Amino acid sequence: MSGNEISTDVVVIGAGPVGLFAVFELGLLDMKCHVIDILDRPGGQCAELYPEKPIYDIPGYPIITGQQLTDRLMEQIAPFGAQFHFNRMVSGVDKLADGSFKVTTDADEVFVAKVVVIAAGGGSFQPKRPPIEGIEAFEGKSVFYSVRRMEDFRDQDLVIVGGGDSALDWTLNLQPLARSLTLVHRRDVFRAAPASVNDMKALVADGKISLVIGQAVRLEGEDGNLAKVVLKTDAGEMEVPATRLMPFFGLTMKLGPVSDWGLDLEDNLIVVDTARFETSRHGVFAIGDINTYPGKLKLILSGFHEAALMAQAAKKIVSPEEKVVFQYTTSSTKLQKKLGVV
Amino acid sequence: MKIVVTDRKGVEHELEAMEGWRVMEVIRDWGLDIKAECGGACACATCAVYVDEEWIERLDGPSEEEETMLDTVPDAEVNSRLSCQILMTEELDGLRVTLCPSSRSEEAAA
Repeated sequence: MSGNEISTDVVVIGAGPVGLFAVFELGLLDMKCHVIDILDRPGGQCAELYPEKPIYDIPGYPIITGQQLTDRLMEQIAPFGAQFHFNRMVSGVDKLADGSFKVTTDADEVFVAKVVVIAAGGGSFQPKRPPIEGIEAFEGKSVFYSVRRMEDFRDQDLVIVGGGDSALDWTLNLQPLARSLTLVHRRDVFRAAPASVNDMKALVADGKISLVIGQAVRLEGEDGNLAKVVLKTDAGEMEVPATRLMPFFGLTMKLGPVSDWGLDLEDNLIVVDTARFETSRHGVFAIGDINTYPGKLKLILSGFHEAALMAQAAKKIVSPEEKVVFQYTTSSTKLQKKLGVV
Repeated sequence: MKIVVTDRKGVEHELEAMEGWRVMEVIRDWGLDIKAECGGACACATCAVYVDEEWIERLDGPSEEEETMLDTVPDAEVNSRLSCQILMTEELDGLRVTLCPSSRSEEAAA
């Protein structure tokens, strides 16, 4: 094995509330974790979809926002020193001869873990793809959902769709490079930062960019090379010459590579048993919104329960020889020492 | 009370609805394909529908929060609404909506 591998007891896939609490339950049983998430910060759906939305059914909290819950969980698991790897997607989970797992990411990291815990919620967050016929054929060549290299946009006829910060920021940043730039949004109200909106409007007033109120509905071109974008507006359809299209409609969840890991699935959810929350592959567990079993409820609190039972089962795999005595944090000095409170 | 939902193949479904339910919940509970990934929090915009012209004026207009989320619906039209933000009342008995392509549970992501 090469020297670039990270060896650990457990790899947790997903840093949402359930993945974070799994670190706690595993930590109480002395298991070390590495946590991998596609977002750039912890919290999963709580951070991406509803950081400011109040949640009312977390036990002990009559009201707590998604971000507050994330912050409290991070505080709660801090004593266990889990290592986080953000902006990465797990691409493969392969079993090794000794029964452990090789977990690889799209950032070319390799983890070797005795146990894998999938707490990936609805899958990984990916850009929303407009339902425009044939758009897939243009992706990566003419249609981009993010900017890797600004040079890819130099001297291009660029159409940007959206009204948020991404759409406005890239409009402002790419305008000096592009041959032409058309910003398309469904209404003349922009939720982006006011300063960006003002800068964009100044560019429109100076004739440096075009602003069209409408929606992109068709693409024309060949072999992935875009030639035109057809826009639907109140005044009817209009064509804009375009060699690049950037749709910015935010993120949505997609099961992604999880479906290639040889796990039994049911309606895109991972089938688990309710004593161990183990998948059809021994040593791979699934907790939270991504699993299914009779009576499953997609609640954060159900995920917390699943994490506790999973940790007991995982312990028997990580330390098969060790006898585990069930203990309470209220009374066990051992547990309290792990938590750093005594 | 009932709502009539046209699916993405143009097939009409007459669904039993209950007072106080969100239209999204009715669609989902009857097993029609709608992503609705945030579960009704007006936070993801994956439950958009087109409301029939004759009904659009009879609904309370969208909140600013809903309008903002509609900005992230790639196939939004003037009659688009988030179905999680329409609460069933007696007045809406017979409401007609059409599922939009972008609220499918699959293929919404690149």
